[in-house]
Amino acid sequence: MENENQLLDINHLHTGFRIKDDFYDAVDDVSISLEKNEILAIVGESGCGKSTLATTIMGLHDPNKTKVAGEVIYQDLNLVDLNEELYNKIRGNDIGMIFQDPLSALNPLMRIQDQIAESLIFHTKLSKEKRYERVLELLEQVGIPNPPRVAKQYPHELSGGMRQRVMIAIALSCKPPIIIADEPTTALDVTIQAQILDLLKELQEENGTGIILITHDLGVVAEMADRVAVMYAGQVVEEAEVGELFNNPKHPYTRSLLNSIPQMDSENDELHVIDGVVPSLVKLPRKGCRFAARIPWIAAEEHEENPVMHEVAPNHFVRCTCYKNFHFEEGGE
Amino acid sequence: MSFLEIEDLKVHYPIRGGFFNTVVDHVYALDGINMSIERGKTYGLVGESGSGKSTTGKAIMGLEKITDGRIIYEGKDVSKQIRGKNSTYNRDVQMIFQDATSSLNPKKRVRDIIAEPIRNFERLTEGEEKKRILELLDIVGMPEDAMYKYPHEFSGGQKQRLGVARAVACRPKLIVADEPVSALDLSVQAQVLNFMKDIQEEYGLSYLFISHDLGVVKHMCDHISIMYRGRLVESGTREDIYKDPQHIYTKRLIAAIPEIDTENREVHKANRRRVEEEYRQNEKQYYDENGKVYDLKSLTDTHKVALKNIEVGGN
Amino acid sequence: MWKTVLRRVLFMIPQLFILSILIFALAKLMPGDPFTGLITPDTDPKTIEALREAAGLNDSILVQYGRWITNAFKGDFGVSYTHKIAVSSIIGQRAGNTVFLSLFTIIMTYVIALPVGLLAGRYQNSIFDKIVVIYNYISYAVPTFVLGLVILFLFGYQLQWFPTSGSVDVGVTSGTFAYFMNKLYHLILPGLTGAILGTATTIQYLRNEVIDAKQQDFVKTARSKGVPVSKVYSRHIFRNSMLPITSNIGMELVALISGSIFIETIFAYPGIGQLFIQSIGSRDYSVITALVMLFGVITLIGTLVSDILMSVVDPRIRLD
Repeated sequence: MENENQLLDINHLHTGFRIKDDFYDAVDDVSISLEKNEILAIVGESGCGKSTLATTIMGLHDPNKTKVAGEVIYQDLNLVDLNEELYNKIRGNDIGMIFQDPLSALNPLMRIQDQIAESLIFHTKLSKEKRYERVLELLEQVGIPNPPRVAKQYPHELSGGMRQRVMIAIALSCKPPIIIADEPTTALDVTIQAQILDLLKELQEENGTGIILITHDLGVVAEMADRVAVMYAGQVVEEAEVGELFNNPKHPYTRSLLNSIPQMDSENDELHVIDGVVPSLVKLPRKGCRFAARIPWIAAEEHEENPVMHEVAPNHFVRCTCYKNFHFEEGGE
Repeated sequence: MSFLEIEDLKVHYPIRGGFFNTVVDHVYALDGINMSIERGKTYGLVGESGSGKSTTGKAIMGLEKITDGRIIYEGKDVSKQIRGKNSTYNRDVQMIFQDATSSLNPKKRVRDIIAEPIRNFERLTEGEEKKRILELLDIVGMPEDAMYKYPHEFSGGQKQRLGVARAVACRPKLIVADEPVSALDLSVQAQVLNFMKDIQEEYGLSYLFISHDLGVVKHMCDHISIMYRGRLVESGTREDIYKDPQHIYTKRLIAAIPEIDTENREVHKANRRRVEEEYRQNEKQYYDENGKVYDLKSLTDTHKVALKNIEVGGN
Repeated sequence: MWKTVLRRVLFMIPQLFILSILIFALAKLMPGDPFTGLITPDTDPKTIEALREAAGLNDSILVQYGRWITNAFKGDFGVSYTHKIAVSSIIGQRAGNTVFLSLFTIIMTYVIALPVGLLAGRYQNSIFDKIVVIYNYISYAVPTFVLGLVILFLFGYQLQWFPTSGSVDVGVTSGTFAYFMNKLYHLILPGLTGAILGTATTIQYLRNEVIDAKQQDFVKTARSKGVPVSKVYSRHIFRNSMLPITSNIGMELVALISGSIFIETIFAYPGIGQLFIQSIGSRDYSVITALVMLFGVITLIGTLVSDILMSVVDPRIRLD
């Protein structure tokens, strides 16, 4: 699949965490790619491995406690094999990252301007004056009123929305072609969330950035994404264009999730509940369909022994065969 | 008929300053809230962070000192004796918290956690108490042996259900639920919400459902109030609020909710932009000269809105 | 901020006033008086009585207190009963030594503790870190006087590298460089003892702060900017970890000055700690009360300095 628009190509990526003496994969054989000018949403509930995937791409895991295998190809480089020194040239410069809680993600003792200028120190040869000019430019770009003043302030002096704008400015500072946004609006109020999402989208369209948007909020996905990958228990279980995914969801997990959203029109109906709980990393079944235990009324032979992705429509992939005859439990609770 | 009336409730915090650290001003965390609560209904209280919605819940629970106003419970003013040991009000009004983990004492067994309100308000023999706890566990869908376990042995959703079991242990009339599902995953959230509805029917409970999530509130509530800067900007039935919002702040909130409607995403965005624009241009006329929200005025029997002149809103 | 400082200083007045009452009352509750020690079977009770009368000890408590506090306010704490010179001048001679010792101790503490604590935190669970942890446990467990005696015995008597008492040798001309060096030479053993005890706390504190800071989100942000790990430590982690230590310097000094009793006694170092012990032994009220007042003032000032420092180094804390 050679494609000149392709920014990032992830193949068979595994990230295992050490628990006692064994490694357990939190990201288990994920293959996915990101193109230029695209927002790829990765959606799933807590513990599905979506944030681990993000930190793996950034190479931020402690090598003593994690084992990473597979490929993250960026410009003919496999990031997984890079040494620290080379990786530092990529981080911030080619891939920017935005975190969930902008208050804890900013250093409380550093002025805003120094935090934004920091990536410029390590990736550009700009003089100090030029760096601060760029800082003001960036603050302006992310819609912060009165940049010269804010530049000299500390994180605690800003509101949540403003802090997240600062985080975006940091991520944008070296104009990276890729941005990873890990739950960028979860800690914010809805009206602020809307503003931040609009800003991200605008900046993305302006610069042709590819964004990996990690979120648990299907509403945010529907508003923002071009393509969506749904993760469950460390694996991608469904991947499709955003319209296709919401209008024609196939995997039982995707369908169940969509049914459990309390939405505007479902008013007094009972919400759908998925039986059981997500198994812990250690107890996760490593064989067979991982969702099988949550839909016990589906016969065992509907599942594949080693579930793989099936292309059910152009560019719409679903893991395991159980989607074919899936139905919700009749007269269920 | 309403059994609980909140009249002009105020909670002001002093700001100290100056040379002698005297009170120089107040934070108006709650500034004149009125509400009336009927049996078996769910009341939504929506607002963004800092709007005072949690303070309202705490003030009703007596966890926050009331500066002014009255809480009238079954015809009696209880605002002075709130938190009194033997008041029926304390037994009849219970609370569920957002963070189930920190609201359950990690050193106590589930049995003792759930029994706490029973031991406070009722005199039961050990056998009766055990029977009640088993009933409660059954209602919240937990197995019997959960009784002897500790909170950390349960998942987030299960802990929240234990929190609910504790809240309903003394058959209260009102449960104040402060962001009860905000920390939960979607599928777990669905479970807790369903089950809150189930026990509501079973006990004829009322809820004051405090949340920032308009989707959840719409699903759960009969009546919704929108809060901003310690005051209510709009209050009405679900239809009033969602189909015919009058106050610009309500409109903004509703427009900002991400919708699962991928085809109309541009329309939705344009609408959001339009509301934001309107907000920017006309913000001033929605608040008085001090930026304070106006008093609520009745638009219809159920629908109240805080506008200077009721006509301003229009459609 | 200056307003707050001024307010805090003004608030010290009533605090010191209450302290003075307490001190005075406690001093009076102590059994005996300075002349008790002079009594022998041959002493004429009249002589003692006359001395008491002359010293004003037979006046009513209120009168005595009034006299004491008025004079104290003028800086006159009376005359030492045993040394027969003004209390202020005897304390003045000794205080310089104690301040000198405390500063020396604190500098030594930080010179050792800062790098060790930061490195132990950074390389947590390394062999170095494990040694540091063991060292900490040991120095926590050893009481001051034991350590002091061991050091004194080893370096003072056995090896004879350092002097075992005093703050300066007799016959060295005051004001010369040699005098200063000689003073420093006398400081090393007591200073070292104090520092060894101080390092354990500071190392432990810093190590925990670093381990804590490593997990912070802003460290992840810095790493995701492409800042190399070593720079992440120097630019983000170390600075943030030193914050609590910096703001604690004021209190640390207070603890050293008022806690110098053991070390000064062991090393026969003529500071206010040693003076305090001696004065208690000889029931020298005027010195005791003056010293306790001094400790009180130092503590109040130390707290204020700590608060000011805190607001200077941490932008989130404002003094108002």
